[in-house]
Amino acid sequence: MKKEILSGNEAIARGAFEAGVKVASAYPGTPSTEILENIIHYRSINSSWAPNEKVALEVVIGASFGGARAVACMKHVGVNVAADPLFTLSYTGVGGGLLLVVADDPEMHSSQDEQDSRNYAKFVKVPMLEPADSFECKEFTRLAFELSEQFDTPVMLRSCTRISHGKSIVELGEPVTGLPEPKLVKNPAKLVMLPGNARVRHPLVEERVVNLGRHGDSWEINREEYRSADIGIICAGVTYQYVREALPEASTLKLGMVYPLPKGKIQEFAAKVKRLFVVEELDPFIEEQVKAMGIAVTGKEIISLCGELSPGRIRKAFSDAGIICIPENNPLQTEAIPMRPPNMCPGCPHRGLFYELSRLGAYVTGDIGCYTLGFMPPLNAMDTCVCMGASISNASGIVRALPPEEQRRVVAVIGDSTFLHTGLNSLMEMAWNQSPATVVILDNRITAMTGRQENPASGFTLSGEVAPEVKIPDLCKALGIRHVQIVDPYDLDATFKVLKQEMDRSEPSVVITNRPCCLIKGDGRFKADDVLFVDQDSCTGCRACLRIGCPAIEWQPAPDGKKGKAYIDPLLCTGCTVCQQLCKFDAIGRLK
Amino acid sequence: MSITNILLVGVGGQGILLASEILAEAFMLAGFDVKKSEIHGMSQRGGSVVSHVRFGEKVFSPVVPEGEGDILFGFELLETYRYLPLMKADAKVIANDFRIYPPAVLLGQQTYPDGLVEKMRTIVPDLLLVDGLKLANEAGNPRAANTVLLGAVSGKLDIKEAIWQSAIEKMVPKKALDVNLKAFRIGRSL
Repeated sequence: MKKEILSGNEAIARGAFEAGVKVASAYPGTPSTEILENIIHYRSINSSWAPNEKVALEVVIGASFGGARAVACMKHVGVNVAADPLFTLSYTGVGGGLLLVVADDPEMHSSQDEQDSRNYAKFVKVPMLEPADSFECKEFTRLAFELSEQFDTPVMLRSCTRISHGKSIVELGEPVTGLPEPKLVKNPAKLVMLPGNARVRHPLVEERVVNLGRHGDSWEINREEYRSADIGIICAGVTYQYVREALPEASTLKLGMVYPLPKGKIQEFAAKVKRLFVVEELDPFIEEQVKAMGIAVTGKEIISLCGELSPGRIRKAFSDAGIICIPENNPLQTEAIPMRPPNMCPGCPHRGLFYELSRLGAYVTGDIGCYTLGFMPPLNAMDTCVCMGASISNASGIVRALPPEEQRRVVAVIGDSTFLHTGLNSLMEMAWNQSPATVVILDNRITAMTGRQENPASGFTLSGEVAPEVKIPDLCKALGIRHVQIVDPYDLDATFKVLKQEMDRSEPSVVITNRPCCLIKGDGRFKADDVLFVDQDSCTGCRACLRIGCPAIEWQPAPDGKKGKAYIDPLLCTGCTVCQQLCKFDAIGRLK
Repeated sequence: MSITNILLVGVGGQGILLASEILAEAFMLAGFDVKKSEIHGMSQRGGSVVSHVRFGEKVFSPVVPEGEGDILFGFELLETYRYLPLMKADAKVIANDFRIYPPAVLLGQQTYPDGLVEKMRTIVPDLLLVDGLKLANEAGNPRAANTVLLGAVSGKLDIKEAIWQSAIEKMVPKKALDVNLKAFRIGRSL
């Protein structure tokens, strides 16, 4: 058997291929993005980006209704967007097997909240599998499709950052054969969820949960590993790996299906050990259900509700609770050093825009994307950030509560991909109700934050095929915005003038910035400029150029008590000229 | 058999991901179980990056438990220093003699600490300082500094050169292969 080191996301993609999946759809979101970026390499699967997660799931539901195995992938917050069809999908059940992969982000490495998606499985009443490494990512993906068809249910597969982006060894298999060919089958009693039909379906959903729980009792995906009677730990996913590392002597009940729980298996395991624990990341999801079974168990009394677990955190929790004794771990002592937070790239087209917004004293309702980094010093140009699309509707709402002079300061900032994801609805609302805020759409021609994925406005599909481009200015006008202006965010004066003019206007308006992401300039689609340099004789050390926080500009202190000077790193500079426009002394020139 | 814990640290964009992929591949080819973990996303924007690579007969956690790091593979001096508390006191450190200023230093609000190498030596005596950029230029491409360092790290591990070569051949694009193999050998001879 061929062995490869795969990430969890690569292994899920491989599992989808081996399971005979025909359609895959997703909206990019860290840490789930690479699943679809790897599925696209399997040409037997029709895979594409969707404008948002709700649409992705609905595309996949359609494929499943047509009899094909299909998969949708998203990050945890994406499930909130997809929740509407998801709940009803639980009632309709599936045609071909349907898998929803959701990647959680405990510790919020790149997310705005830390929600535990296992709650959705219980809420929606569908089974959820949770792999513990890349090997299981591939196996569980295949098993999910079998389970989906056997029980006529969508199946959720939960990953987390450490599983999705962690790598381990996987044995590759061959794709299944002999799956039924997709075709149209009319079955309105099952697929038209009007109340009369849905009432018939609901008892079937409840019965399915019971049957799935019984199935879990005998399913080898839920695995008891008996080592000693002293400590028994129920765990799943990456937490199982941490537990094995932290407490190698403990007995474990490793759950592969975390909803519904295999209650018979849990009772058996509980009877064999003196003390029972649940170790799980985030919510007491398993713990509360085990307690409801009347079984004495310790969980969140000792394990944190917040953040990612690790072998060290688990060992410390058990040690602090006096359950185990570990030698004191004295970490090597170091001194405090400067932090290194992420920053917008050199040449990022958002920088000039945020600089001018900051100068205008704007109150900026922000959104999800690279530009969220505009909140950081020295730009300090973002005041809110809630979820995809919220910038525009937040602005629309806040102006309704403010006196006119305050209203003028409100500017919503949103990226092209986020605008098309859910900002569109919000702008429709703003135009419809004539909220006098200004919206800036930062059109950098790509979904930059997650690593440059195409979107409906970029002109290309996931597979790189040329596609029709959504014309964002026309779209805004069609929604009822009368004032739509396009500016070059590298031109500071022009950006300032347009922003000021639109902020002063007492009706809704849209400003669109038109510079592509500097990271796609390198792929040949756009030309890069010659880099800039600081003439050390002309530089007066006024630090004006530092106010934009460009990583290519460095402050060089002078050792002899004189004023320091700015320096531009030619390896980082993209030649965007924003710093040059800030220099009153013409000290910045272009290197040819 | 025990597990060997390696941490690769530096700044987003320095090629840490590729170096850790080559390491993991080599360990698999040598017959070990291997796990690897790092955080993508925000860290691509010039943030601090750490990649964990663990190998042995059987590896459970994809992350190195705090204080159990055996080898610290640092691409940038400040970042090498930052992650020392994750290491054992007798850890081996291979550090690139290279500085990238964090935002507050670029803005002149903070200073890049002096004497980092000396500070590190007092905490972990087994430190190999490598001028990655200079040696990569000798190999023919300044961007091969990560491979020079990888070669230096390989010298601390009991795995045959042929296995390293296979791993590099698999992970590095063909047109950059010769330079990278040369860079690797320069690093390995240190």
